[in-house]
This record gives sequence, C-alpha cells and structure tokens, in this order.
Amino acid sequence: MVLPHDTILDVGKLSVSYRSDTGYVDAVRNISFSLGREKLGIVGESGSGKSTVGRALLRLLPTARITADRLDFQGQPLLELSEKQMLDIRGRRMSMILQDPKFSLNPIRRVGDQVAEAYLIHFKCSKAEARAKAMSMLEAVQIRDPQRVYDLYPHEVSGGMGQRIMIAMMLLTDPDVVIADEPTSALDVTVRLQVLGILDDLVSQRGIGLIMISHDLNLVRNFCDRVLIMYAGQVVESLKASEMESARHPYTQGLLAAQPRIGGSRAPLSVLDRKPEWEIPLEGAA
Amino acid sequence: MTISTGNASPRPVGLGSFLRPGGRVRSLGGQVVSILVTLFGLLVLTFVIGRMMPADPVRAIVGEDATQDTYRMVYERLGLDRPIWEQFFRYLGDVVTGNFGVAIRTGQPVISDILHVMPATIELATFAIVIGAGLGIPLGVIAAVNRDKWADNVIRVFSLLGHSMPIFWTGMIGLIIFYASLGWVGGSGRMSSFYIGLVRGPTGFLLIDSLIAGDWNVFWSALNHLILPASLLGYSSSAYITRMTRSFMLDQLNQEYVTTARVKGLSRHDTIWKHAFVNIRVQLVTIVALSYGGLLEGAVLIETVFAWPGFGQYLTNNLLIGDMNAVMTCVLIVGVIFIGLNVLSDVLYRVFDPRTR
Repeated sequence: MVLPHDTILDVGKLSVSYRSDTGYVDAVRNISFSLGREKLGIVGESGSGKSTVGRALLRLLPTARITADRLDFQGQPLLELSEKQMLDIRGRRMSMILQDPKFSLNPIRRVGDQVAEAYLIHFKCSKAEARAKAMSMLEAVQIRDPQRVYDLYPHEVSGGMGQRIMIAMMLLTDPDVVIADEPTSALDVTVRLQVLGILDDLVSQRGIGLIMISHDLNLVRNFCDRVLIMYAGQVVESLKASEMESARHPYTQGLLAAQPRIGGSRAPLSVLDRKPEWEIPLEGAA
Repeated sequence: MTISTGNASPRPVGLGSFLRPGGRVRSLGGQVVSILVTLFGLLVLTFVIGRMMPADPVRAIVGEDATQDTYRMVYERLGLDRPIWEQFFRYLGDVVTGNFGVAIRTGQPVISDILHVMPATIELATFAIVIGAGLGIPLGVIAAVNRDKWADNVIRVFSLLGHSMPIFWTGMIGLIIFYASLGWVGGSGRMSSFYIGLVRGPTGFLLIDSLIAGDWNVFWSALNHLILPASLLGYSSSAYITRMTRSFMLDQLNQEYVTTARVKGLSRHDTIWKHAFVNIRVQLVTIVALSYGGLLEGAVLIETVFAWPGFGQYLTNNLLIGDMNAVMTCVLIVGVIFIGLNVLSDVLYRVFDPRTR
C-alpha cells in the first residue's frame, strides 16, 4: 500500500484486550486511522477506550494483548519491534503528555532534572548540555524564570506550570508524534487556553503530528483538524472538525445536542442516548 | 556532609540546613523539646517499672537469711522509706549524673556492665540488619515488579518462612548443619575460646579491636562466629523488610510518574530504580530503623542459642533475678536507642523527601 507522503502513523484495525477469568475483554476494537502532520482529536466518554489507544501506540500496556492489521510508524511496524527498539521510539520519536502534573511528575526530583532526563536518555551528551537544552525548552513553554523553576520540586509549581513543564519534557527531543492524553482536564479553565495555545504553537512550528485525547467535544473541535468519535471501544465516526455539524452518526449527534450554548434556547438539554447497536460501526467510517 | 539524592544534582544536606532561618530552626527546636519530653516520660516509666516489679530489691541484695535489722538498714540506704516523689527526683538526679547503681550479679556498676555487653550486640545487630536490608529490599522490589508471577511467589514463600520459623529453632538447626556437620562456621560465643582474652581493645567491638591490634586470627575467628547468628537474624528481619518493600513498591509502580518515565523512553529497570525506588527510600528508612532497633534491644533467643554475651542476655538474666538497677537501666537504654533511631529517620526524611524540607 502506498501511503500519502506525509502520513506518519498508519493504524489499521487496532484492538486491545485484557485477559479475564472468562476470556478476553475488548477495550478497543478494530479502530483504524492515519495521522499526518496535523492535529487529530479522539473524543469519547470515560471508558470508551480513547486513553487505551494512546498507550497502545506506545506499547505501554504490559498486561494487555494488542493486535492490529497495521501499526506503522514512519514505515516501521510497531508491533513487531523489540522492547529495546521501542525504547528508542518512546520519548524520542513519539511521546505522550499525561493528564495531571500533580501525579505525572516524580514528586521527589527537581522538575528541571526530569525535563533534562528526557534528553539525556536519547542523546549522548553532558549533563550541562542537557540542562541547557531543558532550560531553553522551559523558556519555549513560556516559563518566565527557567533558572529558578528548574530547581523546583513538583509540589512547588502550580498545575498550569506543571503541565507546561510536562509539555517541555515531551517536546524536548523533537518527536514526530505527540499524544496528549487529556492534557488540560486537570487544569483551571483560565490556564487551560494558555496551555493549549503553547501546545498549539509548538506543535505547528515543529510540524508534529498530535493526537489529542479528550472528553471535551468543544475543545477538540476548536483545537483539532480532524476528530474521531469513540464509543464502546470503537470509532463510530471520523470527520473534519469544521464539519462537525454534519455528523451522521446518532451518537455524535447526541453528543452535539448535549452541549449547552450561550444564548441558545433555555430548553432542557437532550439526554445522551447509548444504544447497544451502535457497537456495530457505520459503513464508511474511519 | 554531602549526601547525593538519587540522580538529582548533589546538594549539601546536613545539620547546617536545619540551622537556616525560618521553619527549620523552629522544627529543630520542636524536635529537641519533643525528645526531652519523651525522655522524661521514659524515665517516669522506668521508675514506675522499678517500683512495681514484683521483686523485692532489698531481698535481692541482702539475701533470704538476713536479719530484720540488716533488711531495715538496706531499705533505708536505698531510700525506699522516703516519699515516692523524692525517690523519683533522686532517681532523676542519679540518671543525670550517670549513676545507675551497681549490678547485684557482677558487683560492677551497671553502666560498665552494659558498656561491656553492648558492643557484642551492636556488632551482631549491625551485621544482621545489613544482611536483612541487603536481602530484603532487592527481594521486595523484585517481587513487586513481578507481581503474581513465579518470582513473586517464590520470594513470598521465602520471606514467609523467614517470618514464621522461630529464631531459636533456626539457630539450632543452623548450628547443627553449618557448625557441627559442615564445619563452615564457628560455634557458640564471639570467638573460639582459644583466643578469648587475646585482644582487649579500646572499643569492645571484636572485629574492630582485632584489626587495630593487627591480630588476623582473632579477626577471622570473630567473623566466623558472627556470620551464622547474624545471617539468621538477618534472614528473619529480611522477611518483614521484603514484605514492606514489596507493598511500598507496588504503591509507587501504580503512580502516573512511572508512566511518564516509561513514555520518556526509560527502560523498565531504570524506571524502577531511578524513579519508583527513590520514592520509597523514606518509608524504607523507617522500617529498617525500627528493625535495627528491635535487633539492638536484644535478640535474646539467638544470643542464648549462640551463647552470645550480649545485651539481650544481660537484660533477661537480670530480669530473672530481679535486679532493679540493671533492668531499669536496660529499659532506659532501649528507650534511648529508639528515640535515637527516630531522630535519625526524621533527619533522613528531610534528606530524602523535598516535601518535608
């Protein structure tokens, strides 16, 4: 199959399942998508499998069984790589921004050292060099006084700053793909846009393919180029963010109808409907 | 003093850091006060124990056949006819001036007796805790990392065995196998009776004294006698350390920052040791310190099996003959040891965990 020139990640029929007493339970079922140098949103409710997709791409689900027809990252079949080869991909060419900096930063190590470590793992260089790199990256995420912030511990920084540190850490090595797993849901509404703006700038400047995982439909449609809607472990619909209003799947339509609007009618919002038959994907979706 | 905290850039930590202005001085002051209060409470406790012990201290001194007059005289000499609060303040004064009385059994001042037996116990306990922590911590980490796999199960059985076999029994079995049958190690006592008295060192620690004296025969003999009881004690305390390490580690491995480390491209090994493990050091310090305290307090059973002239034996023997001076002093020392270990682990907390600074 000839890929379009700018496709970085090509996923075909990815499934993730966990072993239980009664057999395998599917968390993600047959999802397919491709990613170029663009911003792709994955939206779904809690438990729809969206975070699992992100972790499966990095092969960070030790207890899960991951299968796919295709899981090509820049021509490399991810599922066939050894763990050692994966170590060269993780953090270097594909990285992930986690949800809550309160938990995703190591509490007893200086935040600057944690950023610099991302560089030290992948590049042969002195600690001073990595420190300088980390420092300039902290500046790039608009931390005003990187010299001071570098030596702080995670409990000494705010949530917004913590998340910017996280972004610095994950973009420091200039990866090709960044997965952002609910990057702003732990943040205050006021800092949310600021952090997103920083992420947006860096991703566009560097031509990074971004997968934005979120339950916030509005955020994703404003921020991303394309959106995948997930339900019960499947992609029920895939559409351009700008064409969201013309969604065909009743689930997506339900999600849209459940959004409150300023200035809209005061009638009660419709209740989200969840029909078991939606577990069968739409023809032509994905 | 410079202690490097993991991979973080080294920064000087020590007493000096407590003396900087602000909260640290207050916390140091608070600590001193709380130590003094604890010490006072401890003294009250030992005094009460001394008075409540169902043994007659006068009888213990004068013997069964003494006349009423002798009994009376000694009773008054000990100050037992004075009001209880006066007795307590006299006891307090004695302790402060380092006068702990004379031990009935040896006729020596209690404190010199204890200085004599303590090094033997410290030597044994220190070796045991090094073995216990050196074995228990890695095993606990390995068990946690391989949760519910065969390695975990093997380690859990191994540590359960160490926990449940009585130490006097393993002591005897150990002697039968490694001393009597195989002849790999020395038998009872701190060294072969052949060498006893050859080295009389300044410290009382046989290993150190024999090194100072340059007497390698004594050194090897002492080491040879130490290794079996220390290993058995170490195995027994490693059981607890393993179980605790495993559960601390499982806690950490579920944290998000572990995922972050993996996402960055760190190997499993480095994630475990450079990220998760450094987070359990604080908790490990506490349990290792407590285990060490338990060992110092006296491994009476193993000391008895191995005829080890240590603190545990001393305490037990004097307890059995009702020597109030000796028992009260021993209890006081155990208390002081635990207070000291607590202070030490508080200090290490501050070294290891930036959130407590």
